[in-house]
Amino acid sequence: MSTNAVSGPTTATRAYDEELITRYSLAERANHWVGALTYIYLLITGLAFWTPYLFWLATVVGGGTTARFMHPWIGLFFTVSLFVTFIQWRQDMVIDDDDRKWADDIEAYIKNEDEKLPPVGRFNWGQKLFFWGMVFSVILLLISGGGLWYVEAFPWKFHLLRYVAILVHASVALITIGLFLIHVYMSTILEEGSFGSMVHGTVTRAWAWTFHRKWYYQVTGRSRPKQ
Amino acid sequence: MSQASTEIIRISGHTGTVPGAGLNREYQVCKLVDTTTCIGCKACEVACLEWNGYTFSETTFDNSYQTMPDTQWNYWNLIRFNEHERDDGSMMLLMRKDQCMHCEDPGCLAACPADSAIVQYANGIVDFQEAHCIGCGYCITGCPFNIPKFSPTARKVFKCTLCNDRVQVGLEPACIKACPTGCLHFGTKSEMKELAETRAEQLREVSGFGDAGVYDPPGVSGTHVIYVLHDAKNPELYGGLPKNPHIPYSVWLWKKPLKWLGNFAMIGGLVGLAVHYMRFGPKKEEPIPPSDRPDDERRV
Repeated sequence: MSTNAVSGPTTATRAYDEELITRYSLAERANHWVGALTYIYLLITGLAFWTPYLFWLATVVGGGTTARFMHPWIGLFFTVSLFVTFIQWRQDMVIDDDDRKWADDIEAYIKNEDEKLPPVGRFNWGQKLFFWGMVFSVILLLISGGGLWYVEAFPWKFHLLRYVAILVHASVALITIGLFLIHVYMSTILEEGSFGSMVHGTVTRAWAWTFHRKWYYQVTGRSRPKQ
Repeated sequence: MSQASTEIIRISGHTGTVPGAGLNREYQVCKLVDTTTCIGCKACEVACLEWNGYTFSETTFDNSYQTMPDTQWNYWNLIRFNEHERDDGSMMLLMRKDQCMHCEDPGCLAACPADSAIVQYANGIVDFQEAHCIGCGYCITGCPFNIPKFSPTARKVFKCTLCNDRVQVGLEPACIKACPTGCLHFGTKSEMKELAETRAEQLREVSGFGDAGVYDPPGVSGTHVIYVLHDAKNPELYGGLPKNPHIPYSVWLWKKPLKWLGNFAMIGGLVGLAVHYMRFGPKKEEPIPPSDRPDDERRV
């Protein structure tokens, strides 16, 4: 990589690197935090219903009966939030050939050897996978959750649907927990600057260049340098 | 049988045998419903409401003797009337008193996530503790007999208690006391089983019901409510009594392999992420090389 290893960056270039550019609009951030907070509530109450060893989590949020009453309603808010996310980002989340090339080199990404990876746009393949994983999961959770919400409304001749609903709801919830853990880990402690971008809406130019180079070229109006 | 917990087994400073030892031959209780001698009078329905303090629910008329289509959260005991045409063209009115079966291996209890909301006593009674019920309705899914019913006002689930409050003090359940034909019996499991088998044999050999038998389904390790049926080979005829009830496979999958797989994956995932951070550390932004800067920002 062509860094100025001998003299180090001058004050002027460092100022350019650290200048802030907008990554998330206020609407995107507000919607993200509605989704995040509602998901965390669903996670806490869902884990309480999942195993007796975590039933105390329900006590923390007001008791088992309250948790059972609120969980489906909060689930609806989460669904709405994810639908807004879908509207906001569906075009940025289309997986293209560059993403597939990036995915082939994912081992380099895991080992933090990001310089070996092809440049990525506003979102990388992993973020896109997270997005689509959540979109499809919430559809399944909504359908199966509707069945669990009003389980007594199922006529007995359709009771097989109850059996399917409990398995689907738990299995898909587990998948979202896996996605959630990776998402939170990467955006809070692994990739420095990510968490702040979802709070303040801005990142530095250097951050954009390092992690989302195609997007950096796009927002700074610079064309990709010739190889 | 009922006061087993206060049975004396050892006495200090006492010569000779312990008086009352062996008084309880057996702890397990059982209700026997002989469908062949039921006349469908519904006295058991009324007695159940009276003892448990519920008012009579609105009835529906569907051109039969059926009081209502199904048991309700505040109507735990319902006679199911089924008109059955036999092979010779004659008609039989099959009547079965439907209520909680008090399974030895209860699906409701297996599915329940709330600590102490469902208990099983040593005498075999499966009892809902509404104070601990969170109203999730998983028991409704776990039950193979369609018994637990959700109350939208209480937001909790209710069902027959086998009159646990009466049995505790040595009384028979209210339905048993009200039955005028003696088709309902209450006693120890082995006594009721013996009585049921005797009656089934009588039906087979004397009354011409060659398929008569006892319904005590092994799929739930037996029940504490058992039936004598004229046709034990077709329990479905009696208002949908399942032939081989068991805890639903999906409840088993959910509570056993999926739970362990999920717990392992969640804990493994957390550990994996922590190890990743320690091994590879944070991703930091890097300075932008001159080739990717505007011309006036390229000074080095």
